[in-house]
Amino acid sequence: MEKLQTLFVEQWTYVLTVVLLLIGLYGMLLKRNLVKKLIGMNIFQGAIILYYILFGFKRLPSGTPASVPVLNTQHSTDPELYMNPIPHALMLTAIVVSVATTGVALSLLIRIHGTYGTLEERELLEKLRDDA
Amino acid sequence: MPESQLPVYILASLFVGVLLVPALGLYRRTLAYPVALLSLLSYLFFATQGLAAVMESGAISYSMAGWSPPKGIELRVDMLSAFVVCVIATISVVVTVYARVAVRREIPEREVPFYSVMLIMLSGLTGIAMTGDLFNLYVFLEISSLSGYGLMAIGHRKAVVSAYRYLLIGTVGASFYLIGIGYLYVLTGSLNMADVAGRIAELDANPALIVSVAFIFVGVGLKMALFPMHLWLPDAYTYASSTATAIIAPVMTKVSAYVLIRMLFFIYDTELVSEKLPVTAVLTWLGLLGVVVGSIMAIAQTDAKRMLAYSSVAQVAYIAIGVGLANPLALIGAMLHILNHAAMKCCLFLVTGHVALQTHSTRISAYTGLGRKMPWTFFAFTVSALAMVGIPPTNGFFSKWYLVRGGIDAGDWIAVGIIVASGLLTAVYFFRLIVRIYSTPPEGVVVLDGSDRPWSMSLPTVAVACSLILLGLFNSWFVTEVLRKALPPTMHLSQF
Repeated sequence: MEKLQTLFVEQWTYVLTVVLLLIGLYGMLLKRNLVKKLIGMNIFQGAIILYYILFGFKRLPSGTPASVPVLNTQHSTDPELYMNPIPHALMLTAIVVSVATTGVALSLLIRIHGTYGTLEERELLEKLRDDA
Repeated sequence: MPESQLPVYILASLFVGVLLVPALGLYRRTLAYPVALLSLLSYLFFATQGLAAVMESGAISYSMAGWSPPKGIELRVDMLSAFVVCVIATISVVVTVYARVAVRREIPEREVPFYSVMLIMLSGLTGIAMTGDLFNLYVFLEISSLSGYGLMAIGHRKAVVSAYRYLLIGTVGASFYLIGIGYLYVLTGSLNMADVAGRIAELDANPALIVSVAFIFVGVGLKMALFPMHLWLPDAYTYASSTATAIIAPVMTKVSAYVLIRMLFFIYDTELVSEKLPVTAVLTWLGLLGVVVGSIMAIAQTDAKRMLAYSSVAQVAYIAIGVGLANPLALIGAMLHILNHAAMKCCLFLVTGHVALQTHSTRISAYTGLGRKMPWTFFAFTVSALAMVGIPPTNGFFSKWYLVRGGIDAGDWIAVGIIVASGLLTAVYFFRLIVRIYSTPPEGVVVLDGSDRPWSMSLPTVAVACSLILLGLFNSWFVTEVLRKALPPTMHLSQF
């Protein structure tokens, strides 16, 4: 019970990413339109990106958020004062990957629409069945 | 040539091709093919050099941009990586020789995008096999997947839809893997594989570790079409162009199987995944189900390419069984099956490509009587069908032999029974086809004269078929010199 309390009160942001993840999965599995499935996939990837950014985030004991690690000799070199930059840097790459995936998916969707004239799954399945 | 630089040469030979093929192809379309072939030949050369160097002096590690591991990204070629890279390189060169005529006829005007995308995919797969960094593996996984979707979309009209479906599923798989390594990073604070492995060994089986195993297992399982996560595969293989299938089917799922072996035995503790958590037991059961379901589905098909696609599901499941039994002999069987199945499936899909070119059909009924018209092609088909069933001295027999011995070692008699019995199921769907091929067609069925056989398509097909027998005869060399040394450090092979 106490664990649940800390989860929902202090770490509610993680709960939010799980909710986002599920919304994305819901969209991909249950939406009948291919574009909506793609939007679901984007939400799904966004949730993972948020999750990484969250665990890279840190507060100082005083409660203020830690600083971004910019190399500057005027600032302190104490690592305790800075956030972990690696998850954030990783997510830059993941965002690029997600954009590229969306691009490929959209170009496939254009081809599907050009060939079959629809992006609704039900109509598409019917047309695929007729298409020998 | 300095051996420590080999990992970079292997990747660079592909990357140079990736850049040159579209650039020169825009200038003159006919240039795309020779450049791609040249790039792949140099890739094969460096890959074999890599394997030779690893056999001689052990694993090669290369720190990208001079940042030493665990901080920087490490390219690491050990025996297992070098083996997988060599498999990819050999298959890709063989298929590219075949592709010259096949691509020009089947998907005319699209040679330049085809070869560019194929090279990107191969560099992604090679990167997966060589990287020593968990996140880097994710990036290479996405590089190979994205170009794989593109490659599968070029072909039959329906290919676009199946490629889109695969894109959604594949992205979920890769994302699950990403979540899994996120947990690993939180637990260990490192992304370097060797470093993470060292730190995991100090941890107990805590919930976060279990979650990370589960996510990575499902993510990689989706990518390797492990039953019941194989639903994307049949459509994708059936509608892609025959050259694309011949390159994707042998290597793509195998590289995912490599990732599974790497994650379970090199990064997670063997004890953790087989004793504290039932990961390998689940894997064995899914593998056994996959063998049975994949084979039965293959029997039910009327389209040759779709039949081979379902047979791929079954064959990948053999690899899963070998990994799941988690003992040295079974793992050697799994690794040997990576090589063997890659060669067999490559040969079979090359033959369907021939037939599709001759008869403009991939339906099984179109195969009636072709055996006499295209003797060499169907000699290759028959040899690889026998290898799939597992008849000695073809290579397929020996990987199953090791799997069975591994099953006996593990005391898993159900697995032993199913591996042996599943050969019969495989025989059902292949012998049905062989009988049809060598029978005389009934009156009224038009059989093409089969005179249109460019040597660049026949030669690689027959060469792969001969290699199936050679791989079978010389399998003991492979096992003792390569695969035994590719076993994870926690496993030792006592008897030999």
